[in-house]
Amino acid sequence: MSTSRERTDDAMLHPEMLAGVDPDAIIREGHRLDHAEGTSKPLRPAPEPQPRGAKVRGNRPIDQQEAAARFIAATEHEKMHDERLWDLRQKRDREMHGIPEWEELRSLASAIKEHTLTHLDEYLLEFEANARSNGIHVHWARDAAEHNQIVHGILRDHGATSLIKSKSMLTEECGFRHYMASVGIDVIETDLGERIQQLDNEDPSHVVVPAVHKLRTDVAGVFSRTIGTDPGNTDVHYLAEAQREATRPLILNADAGMTGANFVVAETGTFVVCTNEGNADLSANVPKLHIASIGIEKIIPRLEHLAVLVRLLSRSALGSLMTQYTSHFRGPRAGGEMHVVLVDNGRSARLGLDEFWTSLKCIRCGACMNTCPVYRRSGGLSYGATYSGPIGLIIDPTFNARKYSNLPFASSLNGSCTNVCPVKINIHEQIYAWRRVLVNQHEVPLVKKAAMKAAGALLSRPAAYRAAIATADTALAHLPRFVIYNGLNAWGKHREVPHPPKQTFHSWYHANRGAKQ
Amino acid sequence: MSSRDDILASILANLPRVDRSLPHVPLFDSDPPASLLSAFKDNLHRMGGNFLDPPASGDMLAPVRAKIADAKVVCSTVPEIAGNRDVADVRATRDLADVDFAIVRASFAVAETGSVLLSDADLHVNGVAYLAQHLIVLLDPADIVINLHHAYRRPEFRNRHYASFHTGPSATADIEGVLIHGAQGVRSLSVLPIARAVGNPTH
Amino acid sequence: MRIGLFIPCFIDAVFPEVGVATLELLERFGHEVVYPRDQTCCGQPMANAGFNAECADTEALFVRNFSGFDYVVSPSGSCVHHVRDNFDAIEQTDEVKEVRARTFELVEFLHDIQKVDAFPWARFPHRVGLHNSCGTLRRLKHARPSELHEPFFSKPIDLLSKVDGIEFVRPARPDECCGFGGTFSVFEEVVSTKMGYDKVSDHAQAGAEYIVSADSSCLMHQRGCAERIGVPLKFIHIAQILNGASA
Repeated sequence: MSTSRERTDDAMLHPEMLAGVDPDAIIREGHRLDHAEGTSKPLRPAPEPQPRGAKVRGNRPIDQQEAAARFIAATEHEKMHDERLWDLRQKRDREMHGIPEWEELRSLASAIKEHTLTHLDEYLLEFEANARSNGIHVHWARDAAEHNQIVHGILRDHGATSLIKSKSMLTEECGFRHYMASVGIDVIETDLGERIQQLDNEDPSHVVVPAVHKLRTDVAGVFSRTIGTDPGNTDVHYLAEAQREATRPLILNADAGMTGANFVVAETGTFVVCTNEGNADLSANVPKLHIASIGIEKIIPRLEHLAVLVRLLSRSALGSLMTQYTSHFRGPRAGGEMHVVLVDNGRSARLGLDEFWTSLKCIRCGACMNTCPVYRRSGGLSYGATYSGPIGLIIDPTFNARKYSNLPFASSLNGSCTNVCPVKINIHEQIYAWRRVLVNQHEVPLVKKAAMKAAGALLSRPAAYRAAIATADTALAHLPRFVIYNGLNAWGKHREVPHPPKQTFHSWYHANRGAKQ
Repeated sequence: MSSRDDILASILANLPRVDRSLPHVPLFDSDPPASLLSAFKDNLHRMGGNFLDPPASGDMLAPVRAKIADAKVVCSTVPEIAGNRDVADVRATRDLADVDFAIVRASFAVAETGSVLLSDADLHVNGVAYLAQHLIVLLDPADIVINLHHAYRRPEFRNRHYASFHTGPSATADIEGVLIHGAQGVRSLSVLPIARAVGNPTH
Repeated sequence: MRIGLFIPCFIDAVFPEVGVATLELLERFGHEVVYPRDQTCCGQPMANAGFNAECADTEALFVRNFSGFDYVVSPSGSCVHHVRDNFDAIEQTDEVKEVRARTFELVEFLHDIQKVDAFPWARFPHRVGLHNSCGTLRRLKHARPSELHEPFFSKPIDLLSKVDGIEFVRPARPDECCGFGGTFSVFEEVVSTKMGYDKVSDHAQAGAEYIVSADSSCLMHQRGCAERIGVPLKFIHIAQILNGASA
């Protein structure tokens, strides 16, 4: 008898995808560098068309499954996506095992965030006072529309018509680029993944790696259409270099720069921006004007708390020690101007939800997406929302309960997300809680409601239940039916139906042990 | 009511009525590495940075001179070595777009992550560390702290307007997870361990 | 001890042999095992889909059936998790709390309460892939999940390693969800089956002949997937192996 306690680090679910020699590998002193890499293994590219995201029809509930089915049908995309993100999860685990105090750090991070959220007004006021005394202009925006108007106003005051920016999920939430286009301001994303998505007119699919759903062939297609690269050249270094060269003049000539913020420190009036490319630092330090859009939940009390969160962020997100750039902005530079826009957009309301306020602890690391088996196979665009994956399931319904009413059901409730969350949000429990809320708010199909009522009635009446599953055949026919609403068909579409046993356990017991009762 | 008032009122109305006290954060330094410089060097390598071994004797800056020998534009902000572009002459940050090598001195470094801290005082013009094609960083080994908990006790975070941890060069793995250096910022980051000259204190 | 045997609906109807093995196994340790005839379900299918109010009558029936036993034991982790950790559609009387606290899944019972140190009648000379369902792994804490930085432990491995001849394989993703997830398996059927295909392929690639689990619902789903894509795996519940099944 043999047992195994460790997993083989290099084991892959789809080993047939390996290409063998990796021409893109960066070798240093005989070792392959793989910090922040999505995978250590080169996968064979295939010219498969990119599956597009969920069909969004106004306010109608997003059909996540329909989009997920198309993603799964695009087998090369699905395999690549699944393996890349699983590899990030593996790298995260490796980092975790190197830090004896890992679970203590998670507990600290959670406690810091929960304390702050329960005193949110005090810390925001402390930040504002300190930021202002350092020369930062602080604005407050109730919602997305106000955020866009405030930023527009600042740009207009400076006669700015071009804006370079680094990645910010908050600006995605606010529909910022769309608004800027409507008022004639040119916005250039500088994060490579965000830029790819912008040029392709598609939303980002993941909070940290926005174009993770694309194959290099897709990127080659986008760049050849928009920045004039060779459509036949899918070499990743070539594509990245082309983007660098195309974007550099835009950076140098931009009128203003915009960033988000990962953390905000109340005691020093600082906001912190973490990137791997340095594009936030270019956006902030080349033009004279720097605007930072920041969600009110990003705040933490003091610098010592920052240490805990920074240690957890990149390790959780990418399995890398630290983001290549972790920049602390406390005030404008000489001759420059710095503005911070603090945005609510539903966050203060979410604070008042007993079961869901702790979702505000989120530091947007994406670890939940990387580990989620549903997300990895569906692609982030299948959720039809700014935030996808497990965190998306629990915050999207607060933005629009009707449109996102299906999302909490796009989960197997396996709980892996909760375990990887650096701030210990009980994600899977909140997903479960949302299901109850949506049922109570009647945001579920009537057919489902009727079926569940019928199931509840049947299962609470022993005689009726026994009659329904009296024989093995009727058992099999009825069993799935009373827990689902569309018969045996859905079970059997892609899977064989269970084999009918000779008798139920109940009948066996009656036949073999009945006398004892 | 202003937006500010509205938001603060909404927060007050919704504050969770639960007791969540602020935890004490330890320094997690009970098991420090035997050599901070060694640990820093290992992690710098892991994150894609270069470590320039100083010569045993003679010109301590020889590795840097070798690196910049064929460069057209070198912008140095340190007294130890001269470049041919003076950062004090820069009118607009974009004027540094043609810099091949920028040479700066780090305020301090972190062994845990292989990071160097560059503040606006170290850079003079912040953008130099991002527009240059390559970055060379002088680091006094005495300025290496154990971990981020120690790092955040440093004064730079309280008295500088800009302070940035650089951990290796600019990188991305946004396309199929393939690692790229020089995504938007510097293509390489090299660290030379060399003590600060006497009379040149930390800022 | 006097044990109430809870056989969930799908085991009753689809995997009666698991119920039989559980009963026989508990009897081997000298317990008086009673199977209350009027039992039906724990209410999980409705609760899982968010319909908590619809569980109330079913949960009340469960409590009526299982009141008064020293322990209630079931070969289904997801059901036991529901009873112990959710089960709140009915008023929490002392009787309800008592039943909830005494409800155990089979592996937990054998490992933590019975503290079994040998299964002399058991022999299973096959290569097995152990599947810890997400409910037993992350809720009932059968083993350390790979996401957490904790010392390794595994109750199923502790028990199964006392079975003569058994050999464990190492899949690439030992604790990734197989995709059953209750009503997820039907409401989100495409992703569910893709997860199932991947799970069985992973075990097959690792060399497993059998997949063993403490959760028949996962096994039912995985078997359906394996048969559809032609992966030649066999599926068995841990109760059957521990009770001495040879195949």
